Amino acid sequence: MSELKRFKLPDVGEGLTEAEIVKWHVAVGDAVEVNQTIVEIETAKAIVELPCPFEGTVTELLAAEGETVDVGVPIITVDVGGGEAPAEPVREEALKDDLVPTPEEPGMTAPEQPKRQPVLVGYGVKPGATQRRPRKSAAPPPARPQPVDSGRVLAKPPVRKMAKDLGVDLSTITGTGPQGSITRDDIRAARQAPAAPQRPAVEGDEERIPVKGVRKATANAMVASAFTAPHVTEFLQVDVTRTMETVRRLRDLPEFAQVKVSPLLLVAKALLTAVARHPMANATWDGEEIVVKRRVNLGIAAATERGLIVPNIKDAHAKPLPELAEALAALTETARSGRARPADLSGGTITITNVGVFGVDTGTPIITPGEAAILAFGQVRDMPWVHEGELAIRKVTTLALSFDHRIIDGELGSKVLRDVGAMLEDPIRMLAWN
Amino acid sequence: MTIDSVRGAPEPELVQLLTPEGERVEHPDYPLDVTAEELRALYRDLVVVRRIDLEAVALTRQGELGIWASLLGQEAAQIGSGRALGEHDMVFPTYREHGVAWCRQVEPLNLLGLFRGVNHGGWDPAEHGFHLYTIVIGSQTLHATGYAMGMQRDGVLGTDRAGATIAYFGDGATSQGDVNEAFVFASVFNAPIVFFCQNNQWAISEPLERQTRIPLYKRAQGYGFPGVRVDGNDVLACLAVTRKALKDAREGQGPTLVEAFTYRMGAHTTTDDPTRYRLKAEEESWKLKDPIERVKAYLVRNQLADTSFLDEVDAEAKQVATALRKACLDLPDPRPLAMFEHVYAEPHPLMTEEQERFAAYLASFEEASA
Repeated sequence: MSELKRFKLPDVGEGLTEAEIVKWHVAVGDAVEVNQTIVEIETAKAIVELPCPFEGTVTELLAAEGETVDVGVPIITVDVGGGEAPAEPVREEALKDDLVPTPEEPGMTAPEQPKRQPVLVGYGVKPGATQRRPRKSAAPPPARPQPVDSGRVLAKPPVRKMAKDLGVDLSTITGTGPQGSITRDDIRAARQAPAAPQRPAVEGDEERIPVKGVRKATANAMVASAFTAPHVTEFLQVDVTRTMETVRRLRDLPEFAQVKVSPLLLVAKALLTAVARHPMANATWDGEEIVVKRRVNLGIAAATERGLIVPNIKDAHAKPLPELAEALAALTETARSGRARPADLSGGTITITNVGVFGVDTGTPIITPGEAAILAFGQVRDMPWVHEGELAIRKVTTLALSFDHRIIDGELGSKVLRDVGAMLEDPIRMLAWN
Repeated sequence: MTIDSVRGAPEPELVQLLTPEGERVEHPDYPLDVTAEELRALYRDLVVVRRIDLEAVALTRQGELGIWASLLGQEAAQIGSGRALGEHDMVFPTYREHGVAWCRQVEPLNLLGLFRGVNHGGWDPAEHGFHLYTIVIGSQTLHATGYAMGMQRDGVLGTDRAGATIAYFGDGATSQGDVNEAFVFASVFNAPIVFFCQNNQWAISEPLERQTRIPLYKRAQGYGFPGVRVDGNDVLACLAVTRKALKDAREGQGPTLVEAFTYRMGAHTTTDDPTRYRLKAEEESWKLKDPIERVKAYLVRNQLADTSFLDEVDAEAKQVATALRKACLDLPDPRPLAMFEHVYAEPHPLMTEEQERFAAYLASFEEASA
């Protein structure tokens, strides 16, 4: 006698509305116990393991790994009736059942639904996400969201696995299941028919990476910036031999004994000095007005495991060099370890991107949204260079400055870049201009 | 890490009576005689409260509780101090003292009801000598101090009707103004109170070095009362030290600060993720100091308990947890109109009007469905 129970995604963090399925720990047909970990989910706050509230046999996983599910939507079905696991665990019927609202068939799921709504503590629940007090007549269970974007392929995990095993690319198949989802039959049919459009759909030739998290934020920011701010990029090659020498000598000073001194520190200081001389470079376009910022929050683009993030050093203009060095070290460390706080990431006024660490000379950086300029610092390498009238081997780098042409004209942009270059060529100028 | 350890001073000594390896050691100031039976009872307490806690965490993850603050790792600090309490003593807990609540015979289901949002705790503080959970950080230390000063004014100190209060709080709370005010009042009025600080090293995501530059127990000296650091994962040491502190308080010797040096093995509450702010290696090193394992090792090694006893306790814990789960799921939702019932002692015209309007609103649903 089978008795199916469904576990709805709970709010595990005081007012959260959704979570992403990270990893299933059980598969269809597995026996589960009460409190056995069945799935890892990631909410806005944390990665959390969910324990199973039932004992029985898993009959369905209702959400795929990587899928974002609303709180209150069922994610797993467990047969608690003690019957044998079905030989063919996922049948067409079950599939259909998955994609339509839970049918309240008497006798089948009757004792299942606890009458109370999941406890919600705290704030921030979207209106309508949870019905607080259902009317006396049984309220319809929350319907699964309709697939509005046709870009995503609908298929259940076992079906996805089958497709993968057979080397069938799901995106080439038109589903015949409920709401256009792909069924096992669709996959079998697709495998027999020659692949209709010539598309190299063999597994291994391409990989699809869902766009989310930091990648998504980065993409949005880049598009927003590139298509709203008219970018101009200028380049300058600079002999930084003396900067490298200065870095070496700074390292020997007791003030810098405890902290890392890198060429980036001097680039930062040079840019801060240039900004002090040309305040318009530290500004934002506000539609009607140009807002010139008196304080400089210096952003440093950092490549992290999670993607590109741009934490910034608050009031960088007011920091003496040792403090700036400390702030730089702390910021990179925090960003790399993934512990940058939202406050670290907002309020930037101008940015440096250190593309040199990737072993390239330069690029055309895209301005961080809301700022007026970004400076790319390329790799430093030995180059033949005319020095004091003779050919010499010198340390040379390439600087690139992108600026928002609405705010900064070519003349001003050139001045800023030239000044930074001049200071790196001869760091004494930083003293003169500070 | 404290400034002492930064500057190379040795870590202060912990009062310890049972080592992490399960060896019984003596301390000159805290002699303790425990019978085999008492030891087994302590072991049972530790195992059962850990199991209850585990069940509550699971219920939260299943959407049945709104939130839960786990005591995992702090069982010995709570059971040791909880079992030191006497009949006339009064406990002022935080929201994490599930082990102390257990010692005071507070039904665990009441704790779950609170976090399920269907009651406000629901136990009688006077009956159990256990005040309601306090969510605000540190404010219960002032309540406890005031209560202790009241006991003092009852004139029972030194008699067999004497009681003391014990205020529980964490390392983070020591930075609160309330806690410092409580220290001052308790000290200058010589109030019969034990300040029991479970230093679990983390105030949510803030490490201990953001609270203090000296070991916390040394703070007491500045206020003018004794402070002692005890191994918070050693149930016997916690029992002995708290017993002594309570006895002093009841006899009119004034307050004591007990710093139970322990570790929160889980998250601060079910809504945070400790992997974001602390290292796995730190957790691993504390696993070796587990409060339950050492008691088990001592019992077994000294043939004070056998496998059947250990199995029995495990089975009992499981049974308590299973019954608790069922009872929790069966907890009735409060009637919507119940919220009007305890606002004023006497009927209040405005409230009556509001209540009637709300009742009519509720009735409209029934009509709609009829």
